[in-house]
Amino acid sequence: MSLTCAGYRRKAGHNRKNKAMKFLLVEDNQELANAISSRMRIDGHVIEHAENLGDATAFIETSEYDLILLDIMLPDGDGRTFLRKHRARSMDTPVIILTARSQISDRINSLDLGADDYVTKPFDHAELEARCRAVLRRKAGKTQTVIETGGVVFDPVAGLISVQGETVNLRNRELRLLEMLINAPGQVFSKQKLADRLFSYDEDVSENAIEVYIGRLRKHLNSSDLKITTLRGIGYRLDHEP
Amino acid sequence: MFTLIGGTAILALLLFFAIRNSAVQVAQSAQDNILGASVTSILDAAVIWDGIVEIDIPYASFSMLSTPMDDRVFYAIYQDETFLSGYPDLVIAPTADREISFETTKYQGQFVRVTTASRTLIGKDKRIQIRVALAQTQDALSGTLDQISQNAALFVTGFFALATLLSFWATSATIGQLKRLTNSVTRRGPQDLSPFEKPVPLEMLPLVVSLNSLMARLDHSLSQSEEFIAEAAHRVRTPLATVRSYAEATLQRVDKKENRQAIRSMIRAIDESSRAAGQLLDHAMITFRADHLERQDIDLVGLINELVTRLTPIAEMKDLKLQLQTDKQVPYSGDPILIQNAVRNLLDNALKYSPSDGTVDVFVTATPNIRIGVCDSGKGFPEAELDTLATRFSRGSNAEGTIGSGLGLTIAMDVAAAHGGSLQLSNRPEGGACALLLL
Repeated sequence: MSLTCAGYRRKAGHNRKNKAMKFLLVEDNQELANAISSRMRIDGHVIEHAENLGDATAFIETSEYDLILLDIMLPDGDGRTFLRKHRARSMDTPVIILTARSQISDRINSLDLGADDYVTKPFDHAELEARCRAVLRRKAGKTQTVIETGGVVFDPVAGLISVQGETVNLRNRELRLLEMLINAPGQVFSKQKLADRLFSYDEDVSENAIEVYIGRLRKHLNSSDLKITTLRGIGYRLDHEP
Repeated sequence: MFTLIGGTAILALLLFFAIRNSAVQVAQSAQDNILGASVTSILDAAVIWDGIVEIDIPYASFSMLSTPMDDRVFYAIYQDETFLSGYPDLVIAPTADREISFETTKYQGQFVRVTTASRTLIGKDKRIQIRVALAQTQDALSGTLDQISQNAALFVTGFFALATLLSFWATSATIGQLKRLTNSVTRRGPQDLSPFEKPVPLEMLPLVVSLNSLMARLDHSLSQSEEFIAEAAHRVRTPLATVRSYAEATLQRVDKKENRQAIRSMIRAIDESSRAAGQLLDHAMITFRADHLERQDIDLVGLINELVTRLTPIAEMKDLKLQLQTDKQVPYSGDPILIQNAVRNLLDNALKYSPSDGTVDVFVTATPNIRIGVCDSGKGFPEAELDTLATRFSRGSNAEGTIGSGLGLTIAMDVAAAHGGSLQLSNRPEGGACALLLL
């Protein structure tokens, strides 16, 4: 899935590598940082890791990020201090705070200091992705974040798809499904992999539930050159058939 | 205070007797002085004339003894052992030469003060001892004493009344200060550990100083334990987050069905434990805040709107529509953190139990009464359990397969109760559960 927030700030569609989102993860726990990074790389994101606020400052001065994931308790200070400085320098890179505290006590503080959102550890990556999408949607407004292929114009941040001039608002699961497929045309996805991405872990859904969403997407793509092919017993694949 | 008044009473009595006693002494010594002078003047009048003792009692000897009460005077004069003149039954005590002794005895049924003195006259080859006893009744003396006693009693009563008044004033002044201090300790909010700054009387300064130092220590240990809880949560949640992220990453790479199932179970267990830990902490904090409710003026619409905005991404993940209908403004006086947490728990439930593509309706109204409602489009509450669901750790019989700790509704109910309201659970006629927070 890569790219929930794929192609943000970049004209996407030609080179898949280009559309990857670039995250800065500021987290002092090496193990957790490795775990988050490896999970996010699966989605095709680029993620750089700073272990403390000093490194983080050096990173944002030399490189540009689409989003910063910021831990609060860091060895050389409080993440919120960093946030305040960051905002004072009028850096508008969205920041999502990773907090291990109770949500009640940190809520007001972190949002008041200019964080765009926060997730409580341990977090669901799908939720992080959803929050990331929401933050980027708020921040970016109507930016050029579209993917154009096979007669389809797809805006993953806004959740819009235009086929032959007709624009449809995608439901969230349709959007995430299309995102996965469109970012890897020709690649086969098994039903269970797709289901893992669409449904939360506390939902007991049969793998066949995915068929509903495949059906809906097919309807949206009906008059385009993109076709979703069923490989019986294996899964689905997005094909470009002019 | 009663100790104070009792003490004053004893003090007053002591004072009374002390005054009376010294008055008796003063009056007695005045009488004694006159009696002594009188006796001396009688003795001085004694002369030996041709070997015969002659005493011409001066007029003044008796006139100096006259009193306004017409006290009676008795006397007796002896030459050696021979009675010369006066009252022969007046007992005369033996005394040394030129020495005056005084004694109070009963004579003719009355108390009298008897003065005795003697003098040795020396004639031709002859020594004659003259002894004189002079007695006076004590009517004037006791009259004076009564007068003094009366005055003393009046004075002592006045002293007692004044002292009682003073003790009333002093106690109420100190107790009043103490009460005010007590009130300001009682009325304090749970977070308020600042020192007391009200002006206090000098006498209570040590108390206030030691109270303030207690406050400072309490504040220190409280902030330490808050830090400790935050640190503990951090220590627990961080490894959980590590496990969860690795599990999710592994799930992407694993194909075998049993393995996938195992990993999914792992993730669910992690979610369950972190959610339970979070809610237990929340519940503890809510119980504490509810016990010391601090109301502030808030707009419920803004508060709930913020919450709905935050939860929208979660709703979207399930293709759920989260709809908020509100009056324009619903001003209310309450604890925003408590209310938001209560509604958050209701919303978490609604999002969890709603099927995909469903709708969750949230409404905030000011009329007919202030209420916040959360209604979903799920299976609804089991009718038979509507009354017991808000009990701690109880979960609906149809909650199988969803993650929960069973504390959500309890938290919402506690918050409602703390604000003097209630939590109403019902099912919509068209299906779906409804939770109403009445404030």
